[in-house]
Amino acid sequence: MNSTRRRAVGALATLATLCLSAAQAHAQAVKIGIVGPFSGPFAHYGALFKAGAEAYVASQGGKLAGKEVEFIYRDTGGPNPGQTKSLVQELIVKDKVDYLGGFVFTPNALAVAPLIQQSQTPTVIFNAATSSITEKSPYFIRTSYTLWQVTVPLAQWAAKQNLKKVVTAVADYGPGIDGEAAFKSEFAKHGGTVVESIRMPITTTDFGPFVQRIKASGAQAVYTFLPGGPPNLGFIKAYNENGLAKAGVQFLGTAETDEFDLQKFGDAALGLTTAFHYSGAHDSSENRTFVQALKKRDPNAVANYASVGAWDGMYVIHKMIEATGGARDGAKAMAAAQALAWESPRGPVRIDAKTRHIVQNVYLRKVERQGGALLNKEVQSFGPQGDHGLDK
Amino acid sequence: MNILFNIAVDGLAYGMVLFVIAVGLSLTLGLMRFVNLSHGAFAMVGGYCAALLMREAQWSFWLAVPAAVAATAALGAVLEASVLRHLYRRKELEQVLFTIGLSFVLIAATNALAGPQVQLIPLPPMLAGSVDLGWRTLPAQRLLVIGAGLGIAALAAWVVARTRFGIWLRAAVDHDGTASSLGIPIRVVQCASFAAGAALAGLGGILGAELMPLEPYYALKYLVLVLVVVSVGGMGSIAGSLVAAVALGLIETASKYLASDWGSLFFFLAMALLLAWRPNGLLKR
Repeated sequence: MNSTRRRAVGALATLATLCLSAAQAHAQAVKIGIVGPFSGPFAHYGALFKAGAEAYVASQGGKLAGKEVEFIYRDTGGPNPGQTKSLVQELIVKDKVDYLGGFVFTPNALAVAPLIQQSQTPTVIFNAATSSITEKSPYFIRTSYTLWQVTVPLAQWAAKQNLKKVVTAVADYGPGIDGEAAFKSEFAKHGGTVVESIRMPITTTDFGPFVQRIKASGAQAVYTFLPGGPPNLGFIKAYNENGLAKAGVQFLGTAETDEFDLQKFGDAALGLTTAFHYSGAHDSSENRTFVQALKKRDPNAVANYASVGAWDGMYVIHKMIEATGGARDGAKAMAAAQALAWESPRGPVRIDAKTRHIVQNVYLRKVERQGGALLNKEVQSFGPQGDHGLDK
Repeated sequence: MNILFNIAVDGLAYGMVLFVIAVGLSLTLGLMRFVNLSHGAFAMVGGYCAALLMREAQWSFWLAVPAAVAATAALGAVLEASVLRHLYRRKELEQVLFTIGLSFVLIAATNALAGPQVQLIPLPPMLAGSVDLGWRTLPAQRLLVIGAGLGIAALAAWVVARTRFGIWLRAAVDHDGTASSLGIPIRVVQCASFAAGAALAGLGGILGAELMPLEPYYALKYLVLVLVVVSVGGMGSIAGSLVAAVALGLIETASKYLASDWGSLFFFLAMALLLAWRPNGLLKR
């Protein structure tokens, strides 16, 4: 009887020690808060952030710089600055995260600038693409792209193709207006004329009238920016069905042929020209490693700008953990991140020390069908591009 | 001159899509006096059924569309018979709360079953192309929508005004006690009318998918447009809904051609003015 009791007490003591050491290991883990939409119409961004970030950690053997990593996911739904601010405050104050990542929408990213400033939390933006974000706090760093970055080389290329008259048609909000301004100023520099600038309300569902206006403007090409998902599909359908493709009005886009939507376009997408920083079909061993790791983590995940933004964002966080030895030191981490240069799945990239934005190759791509699936075939590299919006 | 023709053609097509989705709600709201805010969800269910039948089961367009409409009608009938009939005698607020809740359930269910991405309804070759009108090309699908809209308007008006079923329906709504004692099977009439409203919503969801892409939030996203058409047209008035839908479609399209910087301002301004002028519906004095 006595011995059983002693054994039980012994077992309990062992268990308690185990729990304690587990708790200690837990306390040592580096905490990373990932903020994005995990529900609602933009939930696929959240799923891609999660898959990209977790695939990166798994590809490094489950630890970053010898430290356990704990992800804490927070759901912002759609563009919702108020809620994002309170979620991030909770992450910083209550969960005591060491790093923040994610952010799909510009207003959400802007809302957290004072918080990360005060707590000195390095914050890696996986997507939000308005230039001015990184100016709002020295703790912002961005691994996605900006409209200026991809539009300027596209405008230069268009001018070289002897296009003289172009019409711009963009969704009427932040990034669309950035894209319109970038295209107009750069195209004019090279002697081209933007004959008409159409801003389409963001709630538009019937793109027929706008496409007719593009046709009536007599332009040789249309530069466009549309948010992913339904508007994208609607515009490309209207572009084809109203006979613009047949009339020879060339399509100049950026993120429109995103891999997440691409297969849904069907043959309507064939031949569409875009300038962008990442194609899921980029031919390099780094990209193959990325795609493989991503599929292993989540078979439904798509290699596109959102998942590669998260993957590269985790690379930056990895290097920041390495530089600080896992200690919480925002200033030191940011200093280390600003000197980074590496081979990303999208090609060679580096972080620009002044703008804390990623410098990367921008590629000219055409949509092709290979092996039954549509892909963005890179036909030309414009070489490394910084953020022309911040460099001004 | 060209631009006027363009506005007329695009506006008519857009208005017809609005009409096809809205007419079912106009009937349930006007004739059954039931505030059904889950109407958008029924349209979504119809669209999803058609898209999934064609993609997963490889059915042809002409087979999948009637099947999807029938499935939506069946869902409407089941919900009516099991739950919604208990709401007929409740206050409007309770009807609103319940049907909005039902919309949320259907949004979450479609999100869980089919994922958050947009669903496409592949068109048969006959409809996928464009038609050359001489001065411009028009997607062939829009012609189908315009034709279907006119057909539905004629059919619905004929059923309500001329058939025995239409008479039963109006009698059941005006005084169900008297109608029942005259031997009209009012439960069957109510259930069938509700199912017909759901079926029309489903058909609208399918035909309108080109302009209003199918995604889980469809159910709430386009509900406002539908409610605007029904209220401007006057509840229960089929001709009113048709006129309202085409007028609002023309206004929205014209503003896209001529003043797109203003967004949907003119659409809602027109709604406010028309409601101030004829609060009970365009064709009712």
